[in-house]
Amino acid sequence: MSDGGQPAPARSASDKSDFKRELTGVVPHLRAFARGLCGRPDLADDLVQETLLKAWAAQDRFEPGTSMRAWTFVILRNAYLTDMRRNRFRGEYDEGVAERILIEPAGQEEPIHLSDLHRALLTLPAERREALLLVGAGGFSYEEAAAICGCAVGTIKSRVGRARAALSEMLASGAVPRRSTDDETAHRAILEELDMVSSGNGVSTRG
Amino acid sequence: MASNHPQGRNGSGSGNAQRRAPEWADGLKQLYDSVVEEDLPDAFRDLLDRLEATPTTRSPSGDNDDQGAGGR
Repeated sequence: MSDGGQPAPARSASDKSDFKRELTGVVPHLRAFARGLCGRPDLADDLVQETLLKAWAAQDRFEPGTSMRAWTFVILRNAYLTDMRRNRFRGEYDEGVAERILIEPAGQEEPIHLSDLHRALLTLPAERREALLLVGAGGFSYEEAAAICGCAVGTIKSRVGRARAALSEMLASGAVPRRSTDDETAHRAILEELDMVSSGNGVSTRG
Repeated sequence: MASNHPQGRNGSGSGNAQRRAPEWADGLKQLYDSVVEEDLPDAFRDLLDRLEATPTTRSPSGDNDDQGAGGR
């Protein structure tokens, strides 16, 4: 993270502790976003720690009063894409809480396993997965999600739409990959689109 | 941010591909919220405490995360 800004004046101790308090407050959300992105809780938490270090180092660039959650999500996302390029995440999936939770859709006989949903999610190309996570799970507006991903609102809408369609189809047809997502499908899909994502969006850290 | 209306911003306005939230949409929120609600491992607070105690002048190398806060 180097955008060569001018050296900011040193922050006061109280600025620092405000920042720390806000940052601490979003950690659960960072964990949730990271878990959705990379599936394995331990790797997700590593990613969150990496994000916290980067956020801390960049704290002079955070504008107080803006969304800490959005700001740190940008950092987490960039760290994730970098790690993906280094091949750290392989769409591995660890059965955790998700395995034990069933969603009972109204008027449907077969409940959907959250773990199926999560696995299906992990097969999506990174850019669609993150768009759907931000809007469909994190509760961000399309506009906020677009700012986080550094792309147009229309792009986010279309990614979310495609992600939904793909998941719906996968869940309806039962074509959800089983446990071991060393799975070719997932991995190939992720790598294929990664170049697009990373070339399209440089490191933008605007809140 | 907890449980806001399920199809509010998806359903309104944009009349394109995604008219309605699919029935699994709520599951996505559950996945997310279940992690948000987990107890926060101490490693995170420890890490932030250490950062706070360290002068901010040190180089912003985000890769240096082997300070004993790994795991979980």
